[in-house]
Amino acid sequence: MSQTNAIEARHTIKAFGQGDSAHRALDDVSITIRKGEFFTLLGPSGCGKTTLLRLIAGFEMPTAGDILIDGAEVTDLPPNKRPVNTVFQSYALFPHLTVAENVGFALKMLGRPKAEVAEVTARMLALVKLEHLAGRKTAQLSGGQQQRVALARALAPHPKVLLLDEPLSALDLKLRKEMQVELKRLQMETGITFVFVTHDQEEALTMSDRIGVMSAGKLQQVGSPREIYTRPVNRFVASFIGETNFLPAKPVAGGVKLGCGAVVEAEGEGHTLTVRPEQLRLVAANEPGAIAATVENLVYFGTDTHLNLRLSDGEALVARVQSPPTGDAGFAMGQAVGVTFLPGAARLIRD
Amino acid sequence: MAKRFDIARLPGFAPIALLSFVALYLPIFTLVGYSFNAGNSVAVWSGFSLHWYSAAWANETVKAATLRSLSIATLASAIATVIATMAAIGTTRRRAFKGQTLIYVAINQPLMVPEIVTAVALMIFFGMLKQVTGYQGLGYLILAHAAFCIPFAYLPIRARLEGMDLSLETAAADLYASPWQTFRHVTLPLLGPGIAAGAMLAFVISLDDVVITEFVKSGGQDTLPTYMLGQMRRAITPEVNAISTLLLGLTVALLTAFFLLTRKRG
Amino acid sequence: MSRAEDRQARASTRNGWLLSVPALLLLLFAASGPLVIVIVYSFLTPGQYGNVVWGFSPDGWIGVLFTRDIFDDTLGLADAHLTIFWRSVKLSLETTVLTFLAGFPTAWFIATRPPKARALWLFLITIPFWTNLLIRTFAINEVLRSEGLMNTVLMKLGLISAPIQVMYTDTAVLIGMAYVYLPLMVLPLFAAIDRFDMKLLEAGYDLYASRWQVLRHVILPIVKPGIVAGSILVFVPSLGAYVTPRVLGGGKNMMIGNFIELQFTQGRNWPLGAALSLLLLIVVMVALLVYVRAANKGSNPHG
Repeated sequence: MSQTNAIEARHTIKAFGQGDSAHRALDDVSITIRKGEFFTLLGPSGCGKTTLLRLIAGFEMPTAGDILIDGAEVTDLPPNKRPVNTVFQSYALFPHLTVAENVGFALKMLGRPKAEVAEVTARMLALVKLEHLAGRKTAQLSGGQQQRVALARALAPHPKVLLLDEPLSALDLKLRKEMQVELKRLQMETGITFVFVTHDQEEALTMSDRIGVMSAGKLQQVGSPREIYTRPVNRFVASFIGETNFLPAKPVAGGVKLGCGAVVEAEGEGHTLTVRPEQLRLVAANEPGAIAATVENLVYFGTDTHLNLRLSDGEALVARVQSPPTGDAGFAMGQAVGVTFLPGAARLIRD
Repeated sequence: MAKRFDIARLPGFAPIALLSFVALYLPIFTLVGYSFNAGNSVAVWSGFSLHWYSAAWANETVKAATLRSLSIATLASAIATVIATMAAIGTTRRRAFKGQTLIYVAINQPLMVPEIVTAVALMIFFGMLKQVTGYQGLGYLILAHAAFCIPFAYLPIRARLEGMDLSLETAAADLYASPWQTFRHVTLPLLGPGIAAGAMLAFVISLDDVVITEFVKSGGQDTLPTYMLGQMRRAITPEVNAISTLLLGLTVALLTAFFLLTRKRG
Repeated sequence: MSRAEDRQARASTRNGWLLSVPALLLLLFAASGPLVIVIVYSFLTPGQYGNVVWGFSPDGWIGVLFTRDIFDDTLGLADAHLTIFWRSVKLSLETTVLTFLAGFPTAWFIATRPPKARALWLFLITIPFWTNLLIRTFAINEVLRSEGLMNTVLMKLGLISAPIQVMYTDTAVLIGMAYVYLPLMVLPLFAAIDRFDMKLLEAGYDLYASRWQVLRHVILPIVKPGIVAGSILVFVPSLGAYVTPRVLGGGKNMMIGNFIELQFTQGRNWPLGAALSLLLLIVVMVALLVYVRAANKGSNPHG
């Protein structure tokens, strides 16, 4: 096994515009993507994730920094000289070509023999289960079918890395769920490294081996889905992935002290305590060690009920409890309750 | 059913509009009608006949002018289309560059300068060239026509380019197509209808030109329109009507083709 | 900018220029460049049998407004020239107004048809738009001339006993120009009305506006860029018109286009012809500048 990485970006900067109006879409990003992994770049729109993907593909040139694919420096290479292929957000299927011609396009450009092009095209169409549509024009396909053609087309030349730019965003919810499974299957079957860009945290959590969370042109945290969810390094990561509570906190002997005076246990460093709503326990108001709170509002969500709580210092806290099979959650507005955190649930983070 | 309040209706507009259409087409139909008049006089209707068409066909001057018009229009529109296509690719869909506006203004210049002014300028300039070089041929007319046809070819091609999904060419590059392969296999096929539309407009515009041709032509270089204008000095004959009708038919045919081309896949 | 970025940007600009060069060269040779020669010619001395003699003379420009008395060489206002200028401007303005009065309802009518019918009506406007101007001038001539359609019908109906002589008058030129330039007015008006959000009419009526008030306070202000575009598109070619006044106006009722031609033919005063051409060019450029200003102001950012 070679030790080279699939993708390496070193101190990459990409600025658009010049002088004072210049905007740094990527601000000194270094990242390593391992061979064979399903890596997701996650972040809100404008965070730089698509820019990073386009730099890897060669559609944009970096303002500074280097990009390596499979250990080889490619910073100066045009897209047609890079061993990566892209699944575009809009699919970018060639409207004047048939499904099969779209899938065989790259091999034809590479001058491969006709027989090989036909063989690979057929294999790819079988892989995405579209053999029966080979002769159709792409405009006649449904959104899901176009998506599969785009995948087959990008996989046909067997790239070292497959880049996927929010490929599922145009699909409806049901189809999106199906394609998530499908993508995972394709990645396992082909063994190709996938770099997947999305703003959908659930998509990222369910599909990825590792996630890179981006914001404002910077890489905030890289880790497995579990690490990202349970051990966010800062306020942005904690709030972007899942719901969470933030409380100002001060480290004191034996734990951290909250604004309301309660002292709780928490790992990590910083002056903000974060705890997920589902990791709160509601107990009797007078239970020792519990934080005193008042129920301000109840919102029914089906499986869960959310309780908006208010602490004595005015801070807000949301707790999530499972809705019982019958009746309501057993709380009333204005009711005084006690709150405790599950062990290990509370963490201190930097802002 | 009671008459409902139609939001978009403005009183009197529909009658004026219909009257305008009648006014636009009545003269054209009159012209076409008279071209089939059997009589010698343009005033009195004396039955249907193709007499004036055969008269026009038998007229060697008309035949020569027709041939000249068609060859000038073919060559001029071909030249204009090729260089307008290049210019359209050069001025769209790339990072804005210094001088781009200048190019744009220069290309559209023939649309802005009154024809009579260009005609006078070309008459003087080409007159000098004719004297210096001794060459008197159709080349001057072809180049003059090609020049004022450029914007007409350029605009539909540019529109087509701007409507094209930029990511298609990016995708081609991603799939290992070299810049030339991308142009050959993606850009050009997708641009096809735009180029055909531009070529057709250029052809029609060249075929229709009167003013510039009138000033630039050397002796014996009448095109169909300048021949017809010359005939106007004398009494109009139904022969001119017949030629007009044929030209009109050609224009309508080309325009119909143009619309079908631009509507498809639009 | 990094090396790669810089190279990419420079290549893009270079290709942009290279691809445009053939077009620019041809235009320079057979459209824009020769205009410079016209400027030079306007300052030369007229030759006896046309063309010019190479010697500076301001007479071309002076001749635009003044004539030199043959006997005492004093300058006097050239009334004939002023009449032609005035006729050109007046006829062009009248043409613009006339085409607007007919064109606005027509454009509105087309824009408010159901989509399929609209395409057909629009096509009906486009055919005359692209049809040879000379042929259309012939066509209107067939209607206007003494033995033409109009007089024949009117005489058959007994409304007149002798043909009305319209040909070779300013009225004939006006009718002819309005006829040939009407599509130029309708198309930009249609484009503007087509973009007009009909919901605004509902809002207008909902807020108690009458039909007239809706037209005056909602429709016209919003489609104003289209009105300006149409007016310029009609006014500019009207001012430089050559074929229509020549065919319908005869030799007497000249407009500036024909007057320019005259200087290069019987008039044998090429410098004056050159100066007149430039004058026309300047007026047209000013009109276009006004248009660009208005268009930029009109293009609201929510498009």
